This record gives sequence, C-alpha cells and structure tokens, in this order.
Amino acid sequence: MQHAVETQSLTRVFRPKKKREGKVVTALDSVDLRIDRGELFGILGPNGAGKTTILKILSTLLLPTSGKAYVAGFDVAKNLLEVRKRINMVSGGEISGYGLLTVRENLWMFSQFYGLKSKEAHQRIDVLLEKFGLRDKDKEKVRTLSTGQRQKMNVIRGFVTNPEIIFLDEPTLGLDVNAARTVREFVVDWIREDSSRTVLLTTHYMMEADELCNRIAIIDDGKILACDTPHNLKKLVRMNSTLTLSVGGLKDINDFSSIPGIDNFSSAKDAGGNETTLRFILEDESAVSDIVSTVLGKGSKILSLQKTEPTLEDVFIKLVGRGLE
Amino acid sequence: MAVRNDLRLLKSSAWLGWQMEANWTDPFLFATYSIVKPIAGTLILVFMYLVITGGETANDFFSYMYVGNALYMFVAEVLFGVTWVIHDDREHYMTLKHVYIAPMNFYIYIFGRSAIKIAITSFGVLITLAFGVLALGVGIDLGAVDWLLLTASLAVGLLCICILGLAMGGVSFLTAKHSIGINEGLAGVFYVMSGVVFPITILPSWAQTISKFLPVTYWMEVVRRAIEPAVMEGLAASSGYDVTGMGDMSNLTLMLLLLVSAGVFFIMSIGVFRVADNIARKKGKVDWTTAY
Repeated sequence: MQHAVETQSLTRVFRPKKKREGKVVTALDSVDLRIDRGELFGILGPNGAGKTTILKILSTLLLPTSGKAYVAGFDVAKNLLEVRKRINMVSGGEISGYGLLTVRENLWMFSQFYGLKSKEAHQRIDVLLEKFGLRDKDKEKVRTLSTGQRQKMNVIRGFVTNPEIIFLDEPTLGLDVNAARTVREFVVDWIREDSSRTVLLTTHYMMEADELCNRIAIIDDGKILACDTPHNLKKLVRMNSTLTLSVGGLKDINDFSSIPGIDNFSSAKDAGGNETTLRFILEDESAVSDIVSTVLGKGSKILSLQKTEPTLEDVFIKLVGRGLE
Repeated sequence: MAVRNDLRLLKSSAWLGWQMEANWTDPFLFATYSIVKPIAGTLILVFMYLVITGGETANDFFSYMYVGNALYMFVAEVLFGVTWVIHDDREHYMTLKHVYIAPMNFYIYIFGRSAIKIAITSFGVLITLAFGVLALGVGIDLGAVDWLLLTASLAVGLLCICILGLAMGGVSFLTAKHSIGINEGLAGVFYVMSGVVFPITILPSWAQTISKFLPVTYWMEVVRRAIEPAVMEGLAASSGYDVTGMGDMSNLTLMLLLLVSAGVFFIMSIGVFRVADNIARKKGKVDWTTAY
C-alpha cells in the first residue's frame, strides 16, 4: 500500500549568505520516514531539531537539499499541485489571518482557495466553529480575537478543507489547558472518523505525543534517533515499573518477597504506625494482582495505589543524553 | 470543474482585495479619498508645468502630458498593487504560506487580489481626466473617442502591466526590503522611457531604442490616439516633425507592436516569477517574515 508520507534520505542544509554571518546548519540529515494512511504520527524533538523543516518540505514550502519526499505517492519537489490537493497545514503559536475579515469570512476565504462550494464551506465552518467553541465569534473581526481564539481559528482553517493528510506543527503551542485539550480531542476524533486520514504532528510536549500518537519519531539535530509506538519506545529504556501502595492495618510483610515477578521491595510505616507504604520494583507486571491479593488476604485495606512507568522523557534522555527542554 | 474553481478563486480573491482596499474606513471617506488622491497627485505636475510655461494650458502638449500622466496611474498603481499582494500576505497578514500551499492557480489569486486595484485606479484615471477636461481645458472630445481602439488597447495594456507586476511579485519572494524599491525603479523606467509626459524623441537615441522595446510606449501612444485624436494630430502638425516617433505607424501597427512587446514581456515575466518562486523554495523564503 502506498504510504501517506515517505521520505528517503531527506536532507536539508541551510547555508548563510556569507561565511561570517553564521555557520552551515544541517536541519535534516538523511531522514527516512514511512507513515501509513490512518496513522496519527508524531515527531518529537526539542526546538531546532528539524521538526518544522520536515513539515515545510512535505507541504511544498521548502525544497530539500538532497533526498526525496513523497506525499500520497507524489514527489513534493515535482508534483506540487497533486500534493497540495491532498494536504493542509496548521502551525501553532500562529497569529496569521486577515484581521479585517470576520472569523467566518477568513475561513470561507481559505475554503474557496481549495475549491469548496460556498454552501458546503459554510456548513463545515458551522460544525467546526461549534466544536471549537467559536460559534459566537463568527461575525467578529479576526483582529479582535485573543491569541488562543486566533489559533483555534487557524486549526479550523486547516481542517475545513477536509484534507487527506494534515500537518500539525506544534498545534497546541501557547494554548491554555482547555483549548489544548479541545484541539487534541478533535484531532483524535477526526482521524477516527475516517481511516484514510493521516495526521503528522510535531510537538515537544511528551504527554501530547504519548497521548495522541500511534507512532512517534524522536528527532534531534536533524536525525531520527528512534521511531516506534510509544509503548515500544518506552521498552528501550529497560526501566522497571514501580508499584507504590499505602496500606492500613498491615501486620506483617513476610509473604511479599516470595511473590514472583518482584525485583525488590521496601516498606515504611508512618509516624503513627497505622499506615504502611510498600514500594515494589516489578520485573513482571503480572505481579500487581498477586501483591494486591496478598495485601487483602492479610485483612489490610489499600488506601492508595500508584504504578509508575517509564515515560517518553526517559526514552528521550536515554537516546539524546539530555532532557527535552 | 477546473474553470469553475478558477472563477470561484478569482471572485473570492477579488472580494478579499476589495476588503483590503476599502474596508479601512467608512464609504464616504473612501469615496472622498478616491477622488482627492489622483487629482492631488496630478496637480503637482500641472503646477510644475504652469510655472515653467507661465500659466499656458491651452495647447496640445499640455493635453498630451496631462493624459499621459493620468494613464501612468495604471502603470504605477497596478504594478505596485500586484507586487504588494505577496509582500502584504507574507509580511503583514502572515498568510502567504497558507495561500501558497493551497491547490490553486496562484496567478489567478494575484490577479483577483489586484482586480480591485485596477477598478479603483480606473476610477481615479476617469476622475483625473474629467477634472482635466472641465477645469484645465484638456482636449478630449467624447464624440471623437475611438471606443473600440480604447477598449482593445486598455485590455492588452492592463493585462501586460499585471503580468509585469507578477514578475515583480516573484522578486518580492526573494527580498522584502528591496522589492518596493525595485518596483518603483521599474515604474520610473516606464515613466521616463515610455513617453508618459514627454515624447520619446526627446530622449537620446540609445534610450529611444530601449523605449521601442517597452510595451508601455506603444500603449501610451495608442490610448492617446483613441481618446484625444485631435490633440495627437495637432501636436504632429504644430511641431513639423514626427514628434512622438510613431507618427508614421497606423493604429493597427501600434496594436500589433503592443501585442508583440506585451507577449515578450509576458513570457519574460512568467519566467522571472517561476525562477524566483523556485529560488524562494530552495532558500526557504516563502514563509519568511522579516517584519520589514
């Protein structure tokens, strides 16, 4: 099956006009990616890692220095129109828009650039304004909107044309918690509605990538360091899960060490002696049910339970040798 | 389907252009501005002429100069308007990258956006000519106007100016700071070399050779012949020589030369735009915002 996006040794080098004005920057270094239709694919990396450069090339804004990039099977350097018919792009933190037009006029204008019939465009705009909570703003001039509202409008602009493949460049950057959640929920619903749709998302929010993406590529200094599902990426760090329980009325801890799948465990009583904190390092996650059964079998009450797993941040630190920000 | 989409694009981009040109103030103020601006601009030249000639306006040369200056508004305003689309979308509204990646004919978008500039400029030219006829005695007789020639020459000439603007728009992709200067420079070349306010025969011979490659030269001549035939005949008779350097050419010949030179400039402009577009994509300048 044809990939939604494919890159082959994609390289992009930025050279300064004059040598004294700066150094040569390799924004992308032989990047190979294959993204299937229906995927919500994330590119995770710090600022300046090359995330936006990939999207610019895929959206026909920028030519690669070498290598190839295909969108829906079309070469982005040669088949511009065919690529453009199938894509749209949203950039986060963006305040673009014709400020003297209303929100509806702005969205309608861009829908016309994509050849949508006016009536159909207005219907789609209505639905999206409702979903993003901007229905009451549709007749307001864009210049009067807050930054967050303006960004939501830009997200709508990207989706109103119903593209096959959408590029989201840090779409929640600068949005408040609720607005960011609205965008994330919308993206997940949008891709679920139609299995032929594809989302390529760049972010430097670990949680966002973890929550949304089927697969994630971790990029740093223009190189893809790893590409897999979030679950498989976390396996890379080989870090054991940790289970922490607060237990009331625990009389002894004798049986815990014999439960299979436990690498190590420790216990600590609070000052009053009524509550015990048990901390298990798990080799095998199936040990969780045995631990819980054992605690309950001793007539004790579980007051709280927390399981800690390796995060994408752990993966990133392992691969890059430093944190994301 | 493609034609329908192009028409839809032309309509919506023209509407956008109208909003940008006219939406900044109330209709009355906009109408006042549209009338006062071209007349005020023209009066600068008129007063200079009056000072030099001692207040003499009742001659063919004044009409020649006045009409040329009025027509030049098309060159300056339309050329600037077309170029400004790219500059404005990129630097001011920051929408260029979204417009650029839309699956549309970018040329149609630019012409749609510029269409309103042509309409507003046409209004300004009409107002200026009417003011000239009524207040300054410019020799235009509506009964003597060759409407067919005027329509044909205006259509070809304006299309040619738009296409030239497209080339300048391409340059805008590459330079935010200098694009306006380059544009004004090109408009200035036409002003001096194309017989706008004085006949090209005044120029040195090498400059006259350049003039004869410029479509605006033929456009000025043929439009003048269409709207002020008596002035052109009077000018030739009073000077005793081929004062415009094109006196021996028929209207048909002039139209053909206009078409040929416009065709050459059309090909050159499309070429310049494509090359500039490609360089901009190579250098990553399409979505560049310089805040200039």
